Amino acid sequence: MFEYYKIKEREVTHKDYNTLNLGPIHPATHCVFQNKLTMDGEIVIEAEQTIGYVHRALEKMAERKAYYQISTLTDRMNYCSSPINNFGWEMTVEKLCGIELPKRVEYMRVIIMELSRIADHLLCNSVIGVDSGALTGFVYLFQDREKIYEIFEEICGARLTTNIGRIGGFERNFNNNVWTKLDSFLKEYPKHLKEFENLLVRNRIFMDRTINVGSISADKALNYGFTGPCLRATGVDFDIRVSNPYSSYEDFDFIIPVGTNGDTYDRFMVRQEEMWQSLNIINQAVDKINKIQNEIYHADTPLYYLPQKQDVYTKMEALIWHFKIVMGETSIPVGEVYHCVEGANGELGFYLISDGGRTPYRLHFRRPCFIYYQAYPELIKGGFLSDAILTMSSLNVISGELDA
Amino acid sequence: MFSIKEELNNNIISKLTIRFGNGILFHELSYDTLCITIDKNIIFDCIDYLYKEETLKYRFLTTLCGIHYLDSEKSIGVIYHLHSLTNNHRIRIKSFTEIENPVFPSITTIFNAANWMERETYDFFGIIFENHPNLKRILNADDINYFPMRKEYPIEDTTRDDKNDNMFGRS
Repeated sequence: MFEYYKIKEREVTHKDYNTLNLGPIHPATHCVFQNKLTMDGEIVIEAEQTIGYVHRALEKMAERKAYYQISTLTDRMNYCSSPINNFGWEMTVEKLCGIELPKRVEYMRVIIMELSRIADHLLCNSVIGVDSGALTGFVYLFQDREKIYEIFEEICGARLTTNIGRIGGFERNFNNNVWTKLDSFLKEYPKHLKEFENLLVRNRIFMDRTINVGSISADKALNYGFTGPCLRATGVDFDIRVSNPYSSYEDFDFIIPVGTNGDTYDRFMVRQEEMWQSLNIINQAVDKINKIQNEIYHADTPLYYLPQKQDVYTKMEALIWHFKIVMGETSIPVGEVYHCVEGANGELGFYLISDGGRTPYRLHFRRPCFIYYQAYPELIKGGFLSDAILTMSSLNVISGELDA
Repeated sequence: MFSIKEELNNNIISKLTIRFGNGILFHELSYDTLCITIDKNIIFDCIDYLYKEETLKYRFLTTLCGIHYLDSEKSIGVIYHLHSLTNNHRIRIKSFTEIENPVFPSITTIFNAANWMERETYDFFGIIFENHPNLKRILNADDINYFPMRKEYPIEDTTRDDKNDNMFGRS
């Protein structure tokens, strides 16, 4: 591998190298990325990234949208786990306005967030399988993703871009279907996940394809701003759920899996273990909710919580609050707040500057993908093209989040 | 109450004041986060110091973003969020300058992560980062000739007169 770095210093001529456009639209890149690769046969010498193909100016749009409307923008970032994005934004506003949520609401959020983490990780891991030639696991696990989406559908009516929850809690309580579907998911999924692990974890072909592919050291990863499973695969136990607990994560007992090499296999294993931990957290949260006697599903903050539509039509108070919130008559505190949640890809941050108006003065999203995807050329240099594909899918770069 | 966090905050302020004196213009606590406004000439040294100082170790760049205030003299600025993983402590560093000459030092030599974040800030605010290895647009098309996140560029098409949003928030 070392000699190829030396070749790089020589004059690039057409005879020596080929240029290969990987993307922007290619089935193996899974999203819209372009990488202009300089190839020596099968070996990647240099990669030049072009991003921004699905840039939608979310930050600029957020400056013209009222606070309760912005959650529709956030779930278009990481659309594989959009509830985490939604809750992250709602928690940012709650932090700004000083809204305290009842424990039950926070546990409900934890259930949804962990479900979406599972949905995201299982998609990523099964796609690593696909890229290394094992389509079975992908098709097999997708039925469970479907079940998670059915739960989301019961709660908010949407599947992919969920816009779940409201500032101050949930739009409505979980109905019985949610609990039965969640129950059957919690019973069925461990078996399927176990089978998926049997298929890949000690599979010789899979291990040969992934071990020592696209590895990065812990120091470099931190310098590149890695967070989430990609950072933990290098051995750094940094997880926002533990270091800066939000939504009552401090009440739960779970472990943070870490890897050692920071290669594709470690990233796969960290995600795999995180799914087990997420199941564990969901079980704990369900137990905790069952112990709580009330049926509260939102905080008592009429100033910020959009009332239920049914109440708006029948109760005068609710109509007044609805009108005030929609017309921007409620007072939003002036201030700056940074809030971050542990998204499926890492630290998903919202930096909100409020000038007291109806809309944010400035809203900046810290998108984990955007920050760590810039290390991609370094990860694939000197490796094979087929490994570059695997590395990209193990980074789980979501173009919606990358381009915002 | 004198918590560990407050102790850290005071520690940082005193260390930075000793080291940089008048360069530290202003500091405040906003929602539990220490927010320091510094002179733009000391940005690089200050962040380098925070990175290297053994007791502080701010070795993780969380975000870097631009900001534009229309109605102040030094209207354009850069905001850095730094995180010390050893102390689990976050600080926010701000610096402002005039919009006619929006030049800031690049911190890509300290943090590799700053590379794309600075390109993004250049792309949206037109802030030029000196000594950046590859300062060009990243998310927008290469040939646009304006900086879309600056406040003077409205989100709506200005040539339309059939939409009047004045009664909703900002005009």
